[in-house]
Amino acid sequence: MKAILTGNEAAAWGARLSRPKVIAAYPITPQTSIIETIAAFIANGEMDARYIRVESEHSAMAACIAAQNTGVRTYTATSAHGLALMHEVLMWASGARLPIVMSVVNRAMAPPWSVWTDQLDTMAERDSGWIQVYTQNNQEVLDSIIMSYKIAEKHNILLPTMVIEDAFILSHTSEGVDIPEQKKVDDFLGEYEPAFKLDPDEPAGFGSLIMPEGPYMEFRYKMALAMEDARSEIRKVVEEYNQVFGREYAPFVEEYKTEDADAVMVVIGTIGSTAKDVVDRMREKGKKVGVARVRYFRPFPAEELRKIAKGAKMIGVVDRSYSFGPGADLFAETKSVLYGHADIPVKNYVMGLGGRDITPRIIEKVFDDMLSVAKDGVVDKEVEWVGLQGDERWS
Amino acid sequence: MMKKLTIPEEEHMLSGHTACLGCGATIAMRYVLKALGKNTILSIPACCWAVIPGVYPHRTLDVPLLYTAFEVTGAAISGIREALDAMGKEDVNVVGFAGDGGTADIGLQALSAAMERGHNVFYIMYDNEAYMNTGIQRSGSTPMGAWTTTTPGGKKRMYKWEPKKNVAEIMVAHNIPYVATATIAYPEDMIAKLKRAKEIKGPKFFQILSPCPTGWRHPPDKTVEISRLAVQTNMFPLYEVINGKYKISIKPKNPKPVKEYLRLQGRFRHLTEDEIEMIQKNVDENWKALLKKERCSQEE
Repeated sequence: MKAILTGNEAAAWGARLSRPKVIAAYPITPQTSIIETIAAFIANGEMDARYIRVESEHSAMAACIAAQNTGVRTYTATSAHGLALMHEVLMWASGARLPIVMSVVNRAMAPPWSVWTDQLDTMAERDSGWIQVYTQNNQEVLDSIIMSYKIAEKHNILLPTMVIEDAFILSHTSEGVDIPEQKKVDDFLGEYEPAFKLDPDEPAGFGSLIMPEGPYMEFRYKMALAMEDARSEIRKVVEEYNQVFGREYAPFVEEYKTEDADAVMVVIGTIGSTAKDVVDRMREKGKKVGVARVRYFRPFPAEELRKIAKGAKMIGVVDRSYSFGPGADLFAETKSVLYGHADIPVKNYVMGLGGRDITPRIIEKVFDDMLSVAKDGVVDKEVEWVGLQGDERWS
Repeated sequence: MMKKLTIPEEEHMLSGHTACLGCGATIAMRYVLKALGKNTILSIPACCWAVIPGVYPHRTLDVPLLYTAFEVTGAAISGIREALDAMGKEDVNVVGFAGDGGTADIGLQALSAAMERGHNVFYIMYDNEAYMNTGIQRSGSTPMGAWTTTTPGGKKRMYKWEPKKNVAEIMVAHNIPYVATATIAYPEDMIAKLKRAKEIKGPKFFQILSPCPTGWRHPPDKTVEISRLAVQTNMFPLYEVINGKYKISIKPKNPKPVKEYLRLQGRFRHLTEDEIEMIQKNVDENWKALLKKERCSQEE
C-alpha cells in the first residue's frame, strides 16, 4: 500500500507491522508523533499492544527491558535528552542481551535549547552496546525497524537496536512510502522466540552480582562477538528483505559514484540525499566525486570503508555532531579503520549542528575543497567547521 | 488451645543467603514469598537484596528474579505485568522488592507513576531506614535523630534531624486500592495482609520495617525485639488502608515510651533527654493523626 507519511508516521508503521506486545514511551519533541500515531493505532484496534505511558524516558527503557525479559517483543522511541536520560538503562538493555528496537529522532543537546537535528545524541551512545542504523528517507525508516527486529532477535546476536532518523528533515517531512503487507511482514519476522525469560515454572535470576573472577569479562566478550556476528546477519537479512519487499538497500554503506571518484564524501543520515544530488551536478562538470553513506555505525563498517578508500585519492568525512576528541565521531572512526590500509588524506567537515541547514551549495564547496586536497595530497586543516556565522568561505 | 498457625509451611527462600546476621530484610522476604507463593516474579533494584540472593550463579530464591538499576522498580514491575498480561498470564504475582533508598528517594518517581497507572502489582518497600548496602548513609526514610555515616554527628551534632518521610501516606495519596505497613515481629499480621492484598486487582503497596543490626547498631539477636518495640512504642504503627479506609492493625493499650526502642540501638545512643522528648512528641502527634484518619475515613 502506498501512502504519504512523515518519518515519524513511517516509524510508527514499522513498529505496528512488527507487532511488539509492549510499548513504553514518553513524549519529547521531535519524537512525539511516533508515539501519538501508535496510540491512535492501538485506540482504533489496529494494533494489539500494551501501551505504558511512563513518566520518563528512563522508565520507558526500564519498562521495555522488564517486558522484553518477561518474553515479549517491545518498542519505544525517543530523542536527545530522552536518550541521554536513558543512558544508564541503555547499557542495561544491551548487557542483558535484550533485542529491544527503539526509534531515535536525532536532535541537538542543550544548552541552548534546540529541537533541531544534530547527531550528538546517538553518537554519544556509540559505546552502549546497541546496534545503530541511520536512515536517509522515510521508506528506510519503516523498513529498518522491521529488519532490525529480525537481526536483533537472532539468538547469536541479541543486541538492542536504535533505528535513527534526522529530526524534522525526516521526522516531520512527508514522502511517498510503500507500506508492506502485514502478512508478508509476519512471514518475514516470524513469532518472537525469546532466548530466555522470567518464568515461575523455570525460575532464574537475571543480572545478579558477579565477582571479578566470575564471567563478567566473558559476558562483555560475548557481546563484542555478537556485534561482530551482526555483520553477517545484517548482510543476510538486508538481502532477504530486498528480495521479499523489492528494495535495494546496501547492507552497510550506500555507495554513489565512488568507483572512479578522486574524492569520496563519507556521510551519515539525510546529508546523503543532498550529497548524491550534488555529485550528479558536479559529475556534469567533469569533477570526479562520490558519496559513501554509512548506514550502520554499530557495527562499524570497517571493511566497506577500506574498500572505498582503495580507489580514492582522499576521503572527506562529514559529521553532524562534534565529540571533542580527534575530530568528530564518524571522522575519528573512519580514519582509525583506514590507518594502515589506505595512505590517503582524510579530512573532517563538521556542519549542520543544531539543525543548521546543509545546502547543496555548501556541499559543493566542501567537494571543491576535497578535490583540492586530493590534488595536493595534503590536509591543511584536519578538522574544518563549515558554515559558522560570519565565515564567508562556505556561504 | 493453641492458636492456629497462619504462617504457611512452604519455603521459597532457600538456605545460603549472604545477608548479615540478624537481617530483618531477609526475614521479610521469607514471609512475603510464603504468603504469595511460587507463582511470583520478583524485581529487585540496587539494595541489600541485590546481594543477599548470592553471587552468580548461586541464588537463594526459587522464584524468577529480575535485577534492575536502582531507580526503576516501578517501571520494571509495570513492564513485567504488561508483558505477562499480553501473554495471558494474569495469575502471576508481580512483586517489586526495594529498599527505602530505592523507594523513598531515587525510585520515588517511577514508583509514583506505576501506582498512578494502576498496574496489578505489589510494591514492597523493605524499610531499613538508610542506604545499608552502601554502608549506612542517610535516606529520606531515616528516622529523626539517627546517626548514619552521612549524618555522623561530629562537633556540630549533625545527625538526621528531619522527620522520616512517610512513604505509605504518599502512596495513600495516589488513591491506590491497598496500602499497608508491616514488620517482621508480627508475621501473622504481615501474611494476612499480603493474602488480603493478593485478592485485590491493582497496585498494592507495603512498607515493611526491617531492622538492620549492622546499620542500627544493635546485636543481631535483638532484631525481632526491636521490630516489636517499634510497634509497641507507636514508632512504626501497623495499619492498612483499603480503598482509602484506614484500619489500624495493632493499638497498644499502654504504648511504651520511645526511649525503650531507642536505647537498644547504637544509632540513637547520642540522644539527649530533650532530644528523646522531641522524638516522643513527634511519635505521639503522628499516632494521634493516624487515629484521626482511621476515624474520619471509616465515617460514612
